[in-house]
Amino acid sequence: MKKKFKLEDLDCANCAAKMEEAIKKLDGVNDATVSFLAQKLTIEADDARFDEIMKNVQSTIAKVEPDCRLVM
Amino acid sequence: MTQKQKKMLYRIIISFVLLAALMIGEHTGFLPENIWLQMVLFLIPYLIIGYDIIIKAAKNIKNGQVFDENFLMMIATFGAFGAQEFSEAAAVMLFYQVGELFQSYAVGKSRQSISDMMDICPEYANIEENGALTQVDPDDVEVGSIIVVKPGEKVPLDGVVMEGDSLLNTAALTGESVPRRVCVNDEVYSGCVNGSGTLKIRTTKEYDDSTVAKILELVENASSKKAKVENFITKFARYYTPIVTVAAVLLALIPPLVLGGGWINWMHRACTFLVISCPCALVISVPLGFFGGIGAASRLGVLVKGGNYLEAVSEMTTIVFDKTGTLTKGEFKVSKLIPADGITDGQLLETAALAEGYSNHPIAASIRAAYQKDLDMERVENASETAGHGITALVDGREVLIGNEKLMKNSGISITSCSDIGTVCYVAVDKKYAGAILITDTIKDGVKDAIGAMKKVGVKKCVMLTGDREETAQAVAEELGIDEVHAELLPTDKVSILEKLLDEQHGKEKLAFAGDGINDAPVLTRADIGFAMGSMGSDAAIEAADIVLMDDDVRKIAKVVKISRRTLTIVKQNIVFALSVKAIVLILGALGIASMWAAVFADVGVAVLAIINSMRTLSYSGK
Repeated sequence: MKKKFKLEDLDCANCAAKMEEAIKKLDGVNDATVSFLAQKLTIEADDARFDEIMKNVQSTIAKVEPDCRLVM
Repeated sequence: MTQKQKKMLYRIIISFVLLAALMIGEHTGFLPENIWLQMVLFLIPYLIIGYDIIIKAAKNIKNGQVFDENFLMMIATFGAFGAQEFSEAAAVMLFYQVGELFQSYAVGKSRQSISDMMDICPEYANIEENGALTQVDPDDVEVGSIIVVKPGEKVPLDGVVMEGDSLLNTAALTGESVPRRVCVNDEVYSGCVNGSGTLKIRTTKEYDDSTVAKILELVENASSKKAKVENFITKFARYYTPIVTVAAVLLALIPPLVLGGGWINWMHRACTFLVISCPCALVISVPLGFFGGIGAASRLGVLVKGGNYLEAVSEMTTIVFDKTGTLTKGEFKVSKLIPADGITDGQLLETAALAEGYSNHPIAASIRAAYQKDLDMERVENASETAGHGITALVDGREVLIGNEKLMKNSGISITSCSDIGTVCYVAVDKKYAGAILITDTIKDGVKDAIGAMKKVGVKKCVMLTGDREETAQAVAEELGIDEVHAELLPTDKVSILEKLLDEQHGKEKLAFAGDGINDAPVLTRADIGFAMGSMGSDAAIEAADIVLMDDDVRKIAKVVKISRRTLTIVKQNIVFALSVKAIVLILGALGIASMWAAVFADVGVAVLAIINSMRTLSYSGK
């Protein structure tokens, strides 16, 4: 399933790049892009475990950039 | 400015005033002698401006993020405190934050101007229920609903006009500034802005399938398809920070042991390194440049589906065209009048136009269009049409025959055969040959200029593919200045010819294909860059293409090439500028010449300048 989420307070471009890297490495995530300019996360992940995966994504985001919030 | 930015601005002002006062005090000897007391005093402005950085740094260390710019900034300024450079430590933090603020403001501005330009997203649709209008989300409107678009409103969904007429501004979709007139039964596309009339529209698509939703999706996805330069920067950024940080650690440890010169001095130099360790200038400005370039193209009515395609266009050396629909209109037009002896052009055309007056055949329409004047249909009697042959009619009481060679032969009329390219209509009056009218498909306006312009921007070879007859194809090619023609092709032949042409490309040279998508979706996909005609083209073609010309104007191809070249130039400028400033400051920093001030400039100052430079891509119109 491919879905888009808005990211609030994503302030630094380098963090966006790091976030993208980290999210891509998560289990069950097929592909992810974090667009600093659009302030958006596009994620493609396994259907069955999508909610669980999104929880991991959220905590990954918080680790890389504590200010940044994922709008679900 | 956002709330967050305003808060930062206040912190900057307060901290600046305090720091300035302390520095004046330092120079005039008003500060207490005690070094610890001095440090405490300087810590006040330092903490006002930098507390959030320290908090973030602490959080990141807990999460195992060592190469984080907050952490490095904290270490660098702590180092300066350690070296008893109190004013410098506070000032560096202050300037870092000023730079960050500028950066966030500049990025916000550019994001705003891009989204303003893409401001085609309709917020609501007016639905008429029991005589009253209610505003609903375009997402909730079902196919076949009747919606009302008032003057000045955006058309929210694709549909057909049921009532009313108006002028539509299609600039946001096609870049075309002349408004389009629409009346009952015309198709309208979402994203257009309604002029002065109220329109009642029956929707034909759901919001997700409508033009505006598709365009927005294309543009949003564009930033995920990264250009080679962008990928290079991402990779570079991954290694840059750790390398600079390790270099800083080495600089702090090795030279004092080998060269001597004091631990504090070398630690100070190492701190300078840490300040420059963020690759932000590149990480922001390069994607921003491509975003701007794609934005500039979309303002011209050209949708570029990704940074990689914009980059590829700059290396385009061969372009292959499909003829009908791309170079020609697919419409017929009178191109030549060949009257028999004793008859003028005007007489021939007038007779033919009158005889064809009642016919709705495309050829008849083209002859009437060529005649231009109003037809007095009272002069025509007994008109009858024989399919596949032509027309017989009485014009001013004289028998007129108009049609192909077969019709003339069947009526026993001898003609002067015409071997020109196109469809030939023979005319006979009272069984006597009166002349011939040549009708050809018309070449689109400006195609010749378009090909000239493409050659000027560096396209070496223009190739035309067509299913048409060889003679017709050659004639069109000659008129337009096309270098190579492949005629009488079947759709499958197109792919094999394209593959042959692709093999002939050398190194980085790119091949583009432009088509209207009827039967050529596979070719669009196979080419390095596929241009599709947006308004004529099929949905499949738009899907398969990499770049969509919304108003089918091939002249815009040359403009896109110019936009892409300029975007790449600006992106490269930024890379060279940012890297060289950083390299110079790193070297000078290691030698102890550059201060931490210079390092702050090399970090945030360069980022701000690169962002401003990147924004120039957005304003370029390809002229």
